Amino acid sequence: MAADPGAGTYLYAVAAEEDSGREGALPQGVAGGEVRAIGRAGLVAYVSTVPLDQFGEEPLRRSMEDLDWLEETARAHHRVVEAVAREAAVVPVRLVTVYSGDEQVEALLEERCDDFARALARVAGRQEWGVKVYAAAGEEPAREEEGGKTPERPGTAYLKRRQEQIRGREEAWRRAGARAEDIHGALSSIAVASRRHRAQDPQLSGRPESMVLNGAYLVDRERGEEFARAVEELRGPGGDVQLTGPWAPYSFAVLDDEGDGGPRGGDLM
Amino acid sequence: MTFEETRGDRLAAEGRLPPERVALVDLLDRLLSGGVVVSGDIVLSIADIDLVRISVRALFMSIRESEPIRAYDPVRGHATRTDREPYEPGR
Repeated sequence: MAADPGAGTYLYAVAAEEDSGREGALPQGVAGGEVRAIGRAGLVAYVSTVPLDQFGEEPLRRSMEDLDWLEETARAHHRVVEAVAREAAVVPVRLVTVYSGDEQVEALLEERCDDFARALARVAGRQEWGVKVYAAAGEEPAREEEGGKTPERPGTAYLKRRQEQIRGREEAWRRAGARAEDIHGALSSIAVASRRHRAQDPQLSGRPESMVLNGAYLVDRERGEEFARAVEELRGPGGDVQLTGPWAPYSFAVLDDEGDGGPRGGDLM
Repeated sequence: MTFEETRGDRLAAEGRLPPERVALVDLLDRLLSGGVVVSGDIVLSIADIDLVRISVRALFMSIRESEPIRAYDPVRGHATRTDREPYEPGR
């Protein structure tokens, strides 16, 4: 059905037609493709053509294992979403969503126009902020000491000290967890919706401390400053608190389940 | 480090960071577990966990390869409990 059987249509994001009077100013898409807008049913889908020898099902399974490819693709996807988000309320689409042709995207907009409209209404005038909280040094979960420090013949005193050390660390780890809950609670009260991403592994975050909160918060645009200030005030003693954003509402882009009408997932209003 | 964070936060508060400044790991949190998943005539959609795990593995491998020497020892750095001592105090 597609004009070119070796090409697919990569979908980045959907916006409302009335918001998006722009074209030509969009950055290059994934794999260097030119980003186009497809209008249907009061919506605009931002897409580009991708070669299926890179973006077909089988090649993708391999490509996703290639970090350079993944980074390049993720950043290109992000650039397009950001450019659209600067001008309009936007529902970002999951990375690497590829249709066999433009007709399929048109059909999608027609079939799901009400769902997209609701999803857009939920994020309109709002931005996503990310907040990451780390455990402080010494608040790490209890773990093995460096081998070199272990005495050759451990006495009772050593074992006792060791047990106390482990208990102390467990206590500190609980404290870090409680602080994460408090911060999440305080920020959620400013946000209209919140969500906790999985904590980033130290090897991925590039930081030695354990992450105790990786939160995403959907905040009314006019309350963005208040939110950033609240993050500032929540710093204080304890592990580091990092703010990222504002992001396009990636973590809050949800299409209602077909027919059920209400938002899915329980973490949106 | 403190300087960079403060500056980063100020930039973030003033407006969006340029896309190339965003940390890849923060971006992947959002791109691989956020964004709408739409069904239909799709060649491939990254639906959830399996591919997240794959890409995380790719990240691990890449970081290990590109940064063999780190002040921080990755074996001890896991957020998992490893209380195993050669001299377990019998509890």
